[in-house]
This record gives sequence, C-alpha cells and structure tokens, in this order.
Amino acid sequence: MQALTNRVKEVDRKPLSFMEKMYLPAILKGMFITFSHIFKKKPTINYPEKKRPFSPVFRGMQILNRDEEGRENCTACGLCAVACPAEAITMEAAERQPGEEHLYREEKYAAKYEINMLRCIFCGLCEEACPKDAIYLSESFAPADYQRKQFVYNKSELLIPNPKEDPEAYKKALGNRAKPTTNA
Amino acid sequence: MSVQHDHILLPEGSLEKQTTTLNLGPTHPATHGVFQNILELDGERIMKATSTVGYIHRAFEKIAERRPLYQITPLTDRLNYCSSPINNMGWHLTCEKLLGVKTPKRVDYMRIIIMELARISDHLICNSIVGVDSGAYSGFLYLMQFRELIYEIYEEICGSRLTTNIGRIGGFERNFTAVAWEKLDKFLDEKTGYPAQLREFEKLFTRNRIFMERTIGCGPISAERAMNYGFTGPNLRAAGVDYDVRVHSPYSSYEDFDFTIPVGKTGDCYDRFLVRNEEMWQSLSIIKQAYAKVKEFKGAEAEIYHADVPAYYLPEKKDVYTKMEALIYHFKIIMGEAEMPVGEVYNSVEGANGELGFYLISDGGRTPYRLHFRRPCFIYYQAYPELIQGGMLSDAVITMSSLNLIAGELDA
Repeated sequence: MQALTNRVKEVDRKPLSFMEKMYLPAILKGMFITFSHIFKKKPTINYPEKKRPFSPVFRGMQILNRDEEGRENCTACGLCAVACPAEAITMEAAERQPGEEHLYREEKYAAKYEINMLRCIFCGLCEEACPKDAIYLSESFAPADYQRKQFVYNKSELLIPNPKEDPEAYKKALGNRAKPTTNA
Repeated sequence: MSVQHDHILLPEGSLEKQTTTLNLGPTHPATHGVFQNILELDGERIMKATSTVGYIHRAFEKIAERRPLYQITPLTDRLNYCSSPINNMGWHLTCEKLLGVKTPKRVDYMRIIIMELARISDHLICNSIVGVDSGAYSGFLYLMQFRELIYEIYEEICGSRLTTNIGRIGGFERNFTAVAWEKLDKFLDEKTGYPAQLREFEKLFTRNRIFMERTIGCGPISAERAMNYGFTGPNLRAAGVDYDVRVHSPYSSYEDFDFTIPVGKTGDCYDRFLVRNEEMWQSLSIIKQAYAKVKEFKGAEAEIYHADVPAYYLPEKKDVYTKMEALIYHFKIIMGEAEMPVGEVYNSVEGANGELGFYLISDGGRTPYRLHFRRPCFIYYQAYPELIQGGMLSDAVITMSSLNLIAGELDA
C-alpha cells in the first residue's frame, strides 16, 4: 500500500522474544502491577453517604427561580418550551391581578408549568433560553418514584423555596450555582 | 431423519441441518449494545453470520428536519456516546461552514483539546474492553479512573458528563475555568496522570503472550477490502492505509499541529489495538501542543471563547436582561429564526472511530431540509459478518469490541 502522507508510523509487531514466550514472567509482571494497586489511594466514593463535588455549572434537575423578595421570575414567555429539544415543557400563562404583586414579578405569570422529567434530557437549553433568569438547572439528580405520572413535575414541585420564608432551604436549593438576580 | 413437529413452526430443513443457529444478541452481555447477529455454528466455528441493524433506530435524521440548528446538537450527543464532544464539534463545524462563520484561533485550539480528550476517552474504553473480552479485567479498571477525570473536565466546561451538548455554533458557551485547566494539568501529568497509567496499561497488554495469541490473526481485513467497504479511522489505519481526516482535510486548525499517523499491517484485532494505543499517545501530544498554544494568548485575546457573530451566537445573559438589541437577537436565535442560507454542505471530522460526516441541505427555512449523518459504525458493521466467518465464536466477540461498534452510532 502506497503511503498517502509522510506522517506514517508503523506499529511495532515484532515476534515474541524467548523471555516473552514464557508465560511465567508475564504473569508475574501482571500480578505485580495489580498488587501494587492495593496500596494506592482508592478512587471510589461511598456514594449515598458521600457525594462528589459538582462543578458550578452542573446540569441537574430544573428549579424555577424567585427573586430576592420571593416573587416568581417566570413570565410564561414560552421560550424554554420552544427551545426544549425533547418537548418536555408545557405552560399556561395568566395575568397578574391587583394585589398579587408580592407573588409574581411581572404582569404575566405561569399559571401552570410542567416539566416531564421522563422526557427531559438535561441538555440545559431551557436555562440558556430563559430571558428572565427564571429556570435553572440545579445540582440534584436521579429522582425516584413509583409511578410514571409522578415524574411530570408541576410548578409547586419545581419552585425554589421562598427566600423570605425559608432562607436556608432557598440557599440549599440554589446550591453553588445560581446567583440571585439583581435586575428587574 | 424425518420427525414431524406439527405444533412447532420450524423453518424448512432445520431438523436435518448439521449446524446450530445461535442468536448473538439483540441483548447479549458479550455484545456491548443492541446488536443482533444470527450465527450458523458448526461446533464453535462460525459458518455464516447475518447481522441485523435497526434495534435502536431513533430516526435522528427525520427528527432533525423539524429542529433548528442549535437543537440538533443534543441529537448528535447520542450517536457515538463514548466521544460525544467530537460529534458536537463536528456538527458545529458543519453549521459554521453553512453559515459562513469563522472561528478565532483560540476557539479552534480549545476545541482541539476537547476533541482529543474525547478521542482518548473513546480509545481507552475500546482498548480496555478488548482486554475485558479476552479475559483481562484489571486494565479496564485502571484506565476507567482517567475517563472519569476526562468527564470531570467536560463537566467543568459544559455541565454534563456523557451527553455533553458542549459548545455552540461559533465557539463555547463559556470560557474554560481555572478548575478545568487544573484538571487538565492533572490529566497530563507525566508521573501521576494519564501517560503513566497508559504506560502501565501497555505493560499489562502489549507484549503479553496470552493477549497476543488471543488477538493476532483475529478478525483480519485487507486494506483493499477495507477500502471497498468504506472503512475509515483506526480500523482502516490498522489495515495499513494512512488516511486521516485531520491530515487530509484539516478542520479547526489541525494543520498547526505536528503528529504522526500510526498504521498497522494486517488489520487484525492486535493491529487495531496497537493503532488505538499509539493514537492515544499522539492525542496526548496534540493536547499538549494545543495547551501551549492557548496559553500563548495574552490580554483580551486570552478571554475569547466564541466568534463575534451576534446573529448566531447567543448574547450574554446580562445583556439580555438590560439591552433591547441583545434581547431581540436572543429571541430570534432561540425561536429558530436566525437566517439560514440556501445551500448544501458536507463536513466531516475524524471521529473517534472513523470519519464522521454531516451532510446538510438547507432550503433557507428554519430547519434543515435534509440532514444525513455518515456514521462509521454503520459501515464497519456491514463488514462484520465477513470478518468473523470461519473464526471461533469467542473471536467474534473480540472482533466486535475491537471494531469499536457503538449501537447508538450504528442505528442513529
């Protein structure tokens, strides 16, 4: 076969030498290597008890964010649903009534917001699409449940705890990932 | 012999024949994926093999016809899931070719780092699985620790480990963090990093008589047959043809790098093993060169991680919240209304197991008119019956893992 480039490097396929032909040295060498690994640091983690630190951009399960006054950020613009390649997100918009200003940040809000976690592929495109800083991918993952319908998460399951009522739970849900919004 | 079994529906002549029919797959512990091969066995020797495709066909090409370009990236993750960053980058490069986007050098080098890491993670899985299938398990465990480190580097950059969805059209979604560079340093370290582990792996396998006797002459293919089938990548190079997309049609500034193409002679499992091992060394050297080149950028240039194409690359979040123009672009891109020129492009990258091509036809609409993935696995699988015919059943298993057949890529 004529070479197509001048970068060819043939792999070494020389026949076995006498020493290599004997099984014993090879077996001893292999045993020595595996034995030496006993004294090395264990790379495994006892998973449910201990957890590996995640990167600050880890893409886990979604949370719906609130601003620092505890109002929902989402305005039900529908960009996350459009961007979702798995078509997992559905929502219904509603208009904010007078007297609900402490609940919703904008005049429009999501009356219904559902994510089908069985469809979600955790690609993070919803977070990227959100122009209101409302949806985030958090650090939690691997949900477990008994029935399929319980994996369709509604708004109350997705919303982050209220920072005014329960600041600790809010902080925990936010993780080291998202910073609270500073703009309107 | 004529026994009548009216209650069992048997094919004609199946009682008289002297061979055994064995279904290797679709779900078989030895096939690492959803492959079906119907084998005719004479004792343990394979007389005839018929392979089946399509068990996990998910119609990606059809789905892609209804998706804007940026939503197709998660689909490419699921082709060869052992090295999904290469698929992602290949797709971005295809889109950039169609849209006429030119990426800065720093982005190219960062992409090369990620692509070569992905190649290493793919090859190390393939080679250690060849070991597992031939009865040597520990090499697999030791190398796996470094795949974990590679996945942590991905996670630092894009947030995910296996199905990465890394990068965007025009660059990366964010600059590499200090932690990512630190982890890359840890990976490249000569004493405690991957080179040391790979050297140990070679000590365990390369000149081991048991391993050599198991793989030499197993599943061979000649250069001519391989080319007739359309082989590319390590499997073709093992047959002795030095074809590499990175050299023959360089993309993403591969022309700036110095590396060699390892080739084998006979195209058997041992050659494929050696070629992949050597390619990992070459990849390590490419990563080191790219790392040095990225570190050379100073000042404002050292912060560039995407091309300046506001029509295709999403604006920064803080601009979206405050600036009208950025918000308009943001909506336009997310809604899939970014301008797509009419035309067709073919772009291929050197995937971890061969030439991964994307053929994209655009009629100017919001989605591709037609998209075809050239998946190397699909081509290797056509040759698989020929490779295993006349061999032993256990050789068929090694041949399959050393061809690096990935079910997700085979069926797309």
